[in-house]
Amino acid sequence: MIIPTFIGMTLLTFALIHLVPGDPVELIAGERGITPERHAILRAELGLDKPLIVQYGNYVWDIFHGNLGKSIITKQPVFKEFLTLFPATMELSFFAMIFAITLGLPAGIIASVKRGSFFDHSVMGLSLAGYSMPIFWWGLLMILFFSVFLGWTPVSGRLSALFWIDADTGFMLIDTLKSNEKGTFISAVRHLILPSIVLGTIPLAVIARMTRSAMLEVLTEDYVRTARAKGLSPSRVIMIHALRNALIPVITVIGLQTGVLLAGAILTETIFAWPGVGKWIVESINRRDYPAVQGGILLISSLVILVNLGVDMLYGVVNPRIRYNK
Amino acid sequence: MSESLSIESHSSAPLHPVKEFWLYFCENKGALVGLCFIIFIVIVALMAHYIAPHGPFEQYRDAILTPPAWMEGGTWTYPLGTDDVGRDMLSRLIHGARLSLLVGAIVVTISLAAGILLGIVSGYVGGYLETMIMRLMDIMLALPSLLLAMAIVTILGPSLENAILAIAVVILPHYVRLTRAAAISEKAKDYVTASRVCGAGAFRLMFIVILPNCMAPLIVQATLSFSTAILDAAALGFLGMGAQPPIPEWGAMLANALQFVQRAWWVVTFPGLAIFFTVLAFNLAGDGLRDALDPKLKR
Repeated sequence: MIIPTFIGMTLLTFALIHLVPGDPVELIAGERGITPERHAILRAELGLDKPLIVQYGNYVWDIFHGNLGKSIITKQPVFKEFLTLFPATMELSFFAMIFAITLGLPAGIIASVKRGSFFDHSVMGLSLAGYSMPIFWWGLLMILFFSVFLGWTPVSGRLSALFWIDADTGFMLIDTLKSNEKGTFISAVRHLILPSIVLGTIPLAVIARMTRSAMLEVLTEDYVRTARAKGLSPSRVIMIHALRNALIPVITVIGLQTGVLLAGAILTETIFAWPGVGKWIVESINRRDYPAVQGGILLISSLVILVNLGVDMLYGVVNPRIRYNK
Repeated sequence: MSESLSIESHSSAPLHPVKEFWLYFCENKGALVGLCFIIFIVIVALMAHYIAPHGPFEQYRDAILTPPAWMEGGTWTYPLGTDDVGRDMLSRLIHGARLSLLVGAIVVTISLAAGILLGIVSGYVGGYLETMIMRLMDIMLALPSLLLAMAIVTILGPSLENAILAIAVVILPHYVRLTRAAAISEKAKDYVTASRVCGAGAFRLMFIVILPNCMAPLIVQATLSFSTAILDAAALGFLGMGAQPPIPEWGAMLANALQFVQRAWWVVTFPGLAIFFTVLAFNLAGDGLRDALDPKLKR
């Protein structure tokens, strides 16, 4: 399944550059115009004079050699630009997921155990609200309240402009810890809090809902009753016997949410001026920097597919019943 | 025999399906609230020209960034204040309701129609055609929806119409999968075989015999994707890839709101509230519909 999906994606991104209105050569040449001879040379250089199928073949060949073309604006290789920006997105997504899981799992478990209680109803209501939240507006509201009204957190960016540190790993928390300057780490954490919460809101809602319904299903099963009858403590029954089986659909959902997270990062990064790949793709689209758009979309979707593959493999670890036979 | 049947039906007359459905739907208070809000929004959208105090594009140069009426400096001329070029927020929101509902309706119509066609054909015909269609849908599902919509908008150029088309394409796979699954399970049933024996053609079997029995999950999905469509259209508008200014689309209204966060909270707050409540209402109603239409949950 992963191979046809990948082929489909390359076809999509390949089509992207050929379907956009206008001539790519003129796009590169800019507004000054270009002589017909130079035009023909550029076309040949870019391989645009060859049949489509050959062009596609060359495109895929280049992809497998890590060559995703050069950005029209910055003239940098797209792959390199992506790699320098990606740690920022990964850091943000990672903490958003941590936020979603640490709040969502317990909320779902408690809601299922205390089914019908006030807590259960509030969790379900809040998660529906979170699921309906336009996160770009949610981000604006958070900035309005925490940054402008209370002044607790900075409005945007990854680090206060007062500091300058070397980007070794690209992960701001690690870089600031390595640099011995005082206060940089705190500054980085303060910048990370709001975007993580905003990005984690939808996954949080989905995880809480899923955990609750999975737990409710498992709790009615015979083996749970047996465990109770054996005289095990309620917490042991819930945390060890029931949760292990309830986790299977929850892990699926967490995997699926990774795709949502990367798409949400596009909006969150735009609001918080977070210098990651999401903001970069939006800017590239607005600047008509098509090679960058093409490469960015291809790389992000490949990531999503790889994560989903990883989730599939995790199944076997969590659920021995569907362990793949060797 | 016929007598005993009629007696039985008198003692516990089965409710009319519509009545039964309404009874289940009403049990869910949230769904009812959602439905009321949807009706309210639809009325507002239909009557926009009569309700809105000002035109959505009218600029009052002497009243730029006026706060809402209940705040100091606000007047009831502009109940929810004005934006950065002096347009009345309330009027723009009311006209925006029109756009958002229209976006939802068009997106759902396009993707429902195309999804039913592709789904029922692949479910009924099967074979090579089915594999091809479903593989394509799997690929589309593997991509994050917003990213795919952005890619399509990049190809077509930013505008509200193209955003609608992009979102319709993005949510298409859900309909195809649902219809196919339902069609496959219905195809094997006796009543379908019976009408085939009676000589019904493939077209009649697909769209008149099988399709009506696949509708329940599709109706639920249609309601839920109404909210997805509104949300995604707003997101694209926010990113400058959907409705272009000065169109009063809720997402586009937020696009440059960030610069007013410090001075004019009302410019930031109200369009988002409108999106949030509308999306929430459709999600609530969709959940209620699912519970009411799902025979497995019926007691």
